[in-house]
Amino acid sequence: MTEKIDVRKLIVTIIMAIIGLIFLMPFIWMISASFKIEEEVLTYPVQWIPQTWNLVENYKTVWTGSMPFLVLYWNSIKVTVLTTLTSVTISSLAAYGFAKINFKGSNALFLIILATFMIPPQTLLVTQFLLYRWIGLYDTHLGLILLNSFSVFGTFMLRQFYMGISNELIESARMDGAGHFRIFASIALPLVRPAIATYAILRFIWTWNDFQYPLIFLRSKELYTIQLGVQSFSDEHGSVYSLMMAASVSAIIPLLIIFIIGQKHVIEGIQLGGVKG
Amino acid sequence: MQMESNVQSENEQEVKKVPKKPKKRNRNPSEGWQENLAGYLFIAPMFIGTSLLVLFPIISSLALSFTNWNFVSGFQGANFVGLDNFRDLMSNKLFHKALMNNFILLIAVPIMLIISLALAVIINKYVYFKDFFKIIYFMPFISSIVAVAVVFQVLFHPTKGPINQVLMALGVENPPGWIADITFSLPSVMLIMIWTGIGFNLIIYLAGLQNVPKELYEAAEMDGATAWYQFTKITIPLVSPTTFLLLITGIISSFKVFDLIIVLTEGGPANSTLTPVVYLYQQAFIELKTGYASSISLVMFIIILIITYIQFIVQKKWVNY
Repeated sequence: MTEKIDVRKLIVTIIMAIIGLIFLMPFIWMISASFKIEEEVLTYPVQWIPQTWNLVENYKTVWTGSMPFLVLYWNSIKVTVLTTLTSVTISSLAAYGFAKINFKGSNALFLIILATFMIPPQTLLVTQFLLYRWIGLYDTHLGLILLNSFSVFGTFMLRQFYMGISNELIESARMDGAGHFRIFASIALPLVRPAIATYAILRFIWTWNDFQYPLIFLRSKELYTIQLGVQSFSDEHGSVYSLMMAASVSAIIPLLIIFIIGQKHVIEGIQLGGVKG
Repeated sequence: MQMESNVQSENEQEVKKVPKKPKKRNRNPSEGWQENLAGYLFIAPMFIGTSLLVLFPIISSLALSFTNWNFVSGFQGANFVGLDNFRDLMSNKLFHKALMNNFILLIAVPIMLIISLALAVIINKYVYFKDFFKIIYFMPFISSIVAVAVVFQVLFHPTKGPINQVLMALGVENPPGWIADITFSLPSVMLIMIWTGIGFNLIIYLAGLQNVPKELYEAAEMDGATAWYQFTKITIPLVSPTTFLLLITGIISSFKVFDLIIVLTEGGPANSTLTPVVYLYQQAFIELKTGYASSISLVMFIIILIITYIQFIVQKKWVNY
């Protein structure tokens, strides 16, 4: 079979590209507005390429102004990286335990953990808040990290992969005298590395975008994460659209880059779990 | 974090103990108390975390929902009030309105499914650069909802916003006020929900389409079936399990829409975008009515439980498509 260009397919591709462009219009508008001076943001017809460039000034105000994105970024990176590491570790330990160790009550415990998945997180907020006030985790990054660290989704997904490792492999290592932790670290973990990468990227995206937990569990401005920052920035500068757009771009772009680099992992992970963030 | 490092060091100890084992060769090493202990150690961090942050809160919110505890007055001010909170809630107009709004939001789910399936079929079969299109439609889904809401606040501006300027240029004399207008605020929220949700549904549909046997299409094509006939008679019935899954996730996630509404409208104007979750947030963290808010949590929990139960029942009948 020779590769011939199908004209009909080509036409559909072009039409779909145009629809795609319209679909992404809000992003394009956002980026373009963030480069403009305030007076030109809402001119009609829309000028996609700014007439007067104000890129440096806008982003400088956003990054070093009263709600400095430099600090927000640092907080978000810290919280997101630590959450991802903790959550991946906890989930893969538990996943290995449920998949490869025969211990008493493992099925019952797994079902309990799985059942908690149905509970909408908002219904837990009130008592989680009280608990956090009580044990002193309120208004701390540690508290925020812990809230996203015990993932049923991660445990469930990684368990599927650990179950794919042949039992003979584990048994023979056991016969040779290796303990479970050694098997986990030197045999099982390397085998499921792609799945771990997938989960880590998903957890990173979800934690980076998390707004609800920071909104409720943080109070001090200097601890704010980027999503909370964008909100309070837009409350403060609600009428200065060019700055608001520069803030939004700053919140979205790093993630888009991570997504485009790891898109295969992200898309496979979503398809595998069939779960919304 | 600390918890975790403890577990790891305990596990290391376990590794050191192991060399004793080969002496009793005829005993299977994957049984007995050591195996149990290893199992518990591996799942301990997950289990302890889930107990503290999920199981304990859900049980205590059950207890709290029978009290009139107000967060400011402290434990002393709390009284057992029986079912009063639930009675208040059931007769509360705002809560009714919030529930009603949430049911209206559900209309967005089938619309989203139809658009997503259509796009998935086109991307799967009729275009070049499949991966490129996947990325485009997936972008809104992974973008921060807060930033998206901020952008749409401006796009939807009633007089100066680009959307209405285009509408006016096209000859629409009184374009809707979108999020500033009581009748259009909920549809605006739905529009953004659909825009951000298409990527997710599309990706899942694409996975579902891979499970439809190619031979079916080939046979249909040989019989001269049109693309539309193939779509309605092969694709739609064979992806119905995916549709069902997406319908349920869509419904459940509509009860969780929080970020979007808080940033976009805070439930306004005139409570026209108030949902149970937003109402819960307002009662718990602005009005500080802890007991009352707990009873809202519980009612929502039961609603989700009922939906999940329906899913379970229907799914059983759906096994053979």
